[in-house]
Amino acid sequence: MIETLAFYLFAGLVIAGGVMVIMSRNPVHSVLWLILAFFNAAGLMVLVGAEFIAMLLVIVYVGAVAVLFLFVVMMLDIDFAAMRAGFIKNFPLGIAIAVILLAELGLGLGAYGAGGIELGTADGTAAVRSDVSNIEAIGALLYGRYIILFEIAGIILLVAMIGAIVLTHREPKPGARGRQDIGKQISRRPEEATVMKNPEYGKGVEL
Amino acid sequence: MTEFFMSLGMTFEWAWAVATLVGILAISLIVMFSVAMVIYVDRKVLGAIMLRRGPNVVGPFGLLQSFADGLKVFLQETIIPSAANKGIFLLAPIITFTVALAAWAVIPFADGVVLADINVGLLYILAISSLGVYGVVMSGWASNSKYPFFSAMRAAAQMISYEVSIGFILVCVVLWSKSFNMTDIVMAQKGHGLGFVNGFFFNPLLFPIFVVFFICALAETARAPFDLTEAESELVAGYQTEYSSMSFALFWLGEYANILLMCSLCTLLFFGGWLPPVELGPLYYVPGIVWFLLKTFMFFLVFSWIWATVPRYRYDQLMRLGWKVFLPMSLVFVAVISSWLMATGHFGEQFAIIDWGQS
Repeated sequence: MIETLAFYLFAGLVIAGGVMVIMSRNPVHSVLWLILAFFNAAGLMVLVGAEFIAMLLVIVYVGAVAVLFLFVVMMLDIDFAAMRAGFIKNFPLGIAIAVILLAELGLGLGAYGAGGIELGTADGTAAVRSDVSNIEAIGALLYGRYIILFEIAGIILLVAMIGAIVLTHREPKPGARGRQDIGKQISRRPEEATVMKNPEYGKGVEL
Repeated sequence: MTEFFMSLGMTFEWAWAVATLVGILAISLIVMFSVAMVIYVDRKVLGAIMLRRGPNVVGPFGLLQSFADGLKVFLQETIIPSAANKGIFLLAPIITFTVALAAWAVIPFADGVVLADINVGLLYILAISSLGVYGVVMSGWASNSKYPFFSAMRAAAQMISYEVSIGFILVCVVLWSKSFNMTDIVMAQKGHGLGFVNGFFFNPLLFPIFVVFFICALAETARAPFDLTEAESELVAGYQTEYSSMSFALFWLGEYANILLMCSLCTLLFFGGWLPPVELGPLYYVPGIVWFLLKTFMFFLVFSWIWATVPRYRYDQLMRLGWKVFLPMSLVFVAVISSWLMATGHFGEQFAIIDWGQS
């Protein structure tokens, strides 16, 4: 009973959120609806018993990716007239993508009706195992059977990260004030930074 | 508690639902009451360090000051700036407050006294605390005013930067306790130090990351010396500038609930939660919740002590500390701790548990 209610609540909110992402006029509102959709998708994951995936979905997508989205969108100065002009221009492309998606959806439904694909091996090892928690199961697969793929993915991400850093890194201009050297600042003593003078009346100080 | 409601003649599902609701109410009430008292303590400590009395008028020793303040903000008029984005403006404090309370669901107050004893407890806390940034960012943007917006940008960057280090620190703790479940993490600390001291802090490899975690907790909750988001000399009152009445109070309560949460996390992850400080028979006669509250309160005192003592960081220094000092340090500690655990055979046969067969 409670599971059914929760499922319809989460699923309904995911769909509503998804619809509102494309319906709302303000891009910031769109991002916020997107976050709602992510969050409820995580709820659905919890319902099917994949709590680890659900938490990762929230941490990675809601906690990091969507924050960056929100950051960028908030900083944008959006010209609504320009956006409408773009709408007319890109209309055919949008229709084409929509038709493709609709066809895929139809295909998927047809395939599901025909019985779908049996995953896993013939002896049924892909069946849900109740004796291990899903963190352990994912860990054992990622660091066991799929270790090579996992490490390749890691290397690709590392290369992408270094690439981004190299592309945006700027050497300080020659002649510009250098970086702050905290150690140098702290080790400075009053004796080397100040000079005591006792100037005569009416005369300046020569440094 | 579910059994109690089942004995009243309910089916299991309904009894579970009612028991959970009662648990949620109890935890919220306790947390809110603690927040009220802790605000009083905070002001008293600050007063004592500054050689003044602090709140001392309402009630005995000024104990009721927070409730008087609460009544005051409740009676104030809610002002919504005309240029503000109304819906988001009102939603933001509610999100901050809800998120601050939601994380308490997995905190064990004593052995078995926990609302949801899920096996991804620590990840849940990480997920919920990463939501906290939305309340701040939304309030800053919806206020449609420059200072709140600057403050929101600062807060978002600060929270994301320090969450990365916190994540790595939690990995170290999880490696040592072999579990994401909060109860298991506490139980793993039983007799950890020389078989006598309860708590990971006694471990020479984990003590440095405890210090880093504590500093990250200060930054994560935007407490001094990292309260750049509310730096009154630069940003008026930060993201709360345009807020008044209850929506302001919700920010306030959420902020302190978060601080308490971070204090209790320090307790649970490094100081043995509800276990007494050392393994000694008589100490176990004291109920676990007393130890838990005492340790949490001790951390809160350190929080307010730091607030009164340390000057505020500059923003670029804050970022430098987060990305160039804490992040490499916690990364190195993840490597060092995991290799130490592998070398000493900490995990034993655990690798062989799951046999997926050859692909």
